[in-house]
Amino acid sequence: MTQLEIKREAVRKPFSRRRKSCPFSGPNAPAIDYKDTKTLGRYTSERGKIVPSRISAVSAKKQRELATAIKRSRFLALMPYVTS
Amino acid sequence: MRLYESVFIARQDISTTQVEAMADEFAGIITAAGGTIHKREYWGLRSLAYRIKKNRKGHYIMFNMETNSEALKEYERIMGLNEDVLRFLNIRIEEVEEGPSIIMQAKSERPTRGPRDSDGDDAPARSFDADTSAPEAEAAPEATTADESSEG
Repeated sequence: MTQLEIKREAVRKPFSRRRKSCPFSGPNAPAIDYKDTKTLGRYTSERGKIVPSRISAVSAKKQRELATAIKRSRFLALMPYVTS
Repeated sequence: MRLYESVFIARQDISTTQVEAMADEFAGIITAAGGTIHKREYWGLRSLAYRIKKNRKGHYIMFNMETNSEALKEYERIMGLNEDVLRFLNIRIEEVEEGPSIIMQAKSERPTRGPRDSDGDDAPARSFDADTSAPEAEAAPEATTADESSEG
């Protein structure tokens, strides 16, 4: 009996998880700059791929900015395209 | 007249004075056409993230400038012909940011930090997990078994 109740709660819980807000929105948020490899590096995987916004919680608008910034950074060899 | 930011990478085996001479030459193209250079930065000999034309390092120069499109076109043409230039990127900007760029700030900070610490630099990929795990930790006390059953 008790086990059943736990199960039911378990199903509901994940949906109540609070959505993290965009790290680039709001006051005193960092500006997205292709020269700022330290910040950009936080939004790439270990292999050097751009992390999807559904994981990083970056807003769609900022994700587009972020993507171009990372691509510019890669072009200037400030960041790698791939790290193997 | 518009504001542009220009970065170019020069070959690693030319001297700093040669790089400065090159930068003067390129800046000359802009100023001769009536444009102005608002900011000029030499980032030094940085290691490239990947090899470009067999070079592992390169001299980086950045300009913030105000110019018209014809002069910029000429500037790009001359850069493309110059074999000491590995790569260049010119982008339009809305305003010239005040003070040195983030790369120059990072450079001036480094000597005070002493020996390079390994824990400061490995952050990039891993800091994410730390961030995302925080909300999970909050939810955990109420339903510990929840995660397994829902995610499985």
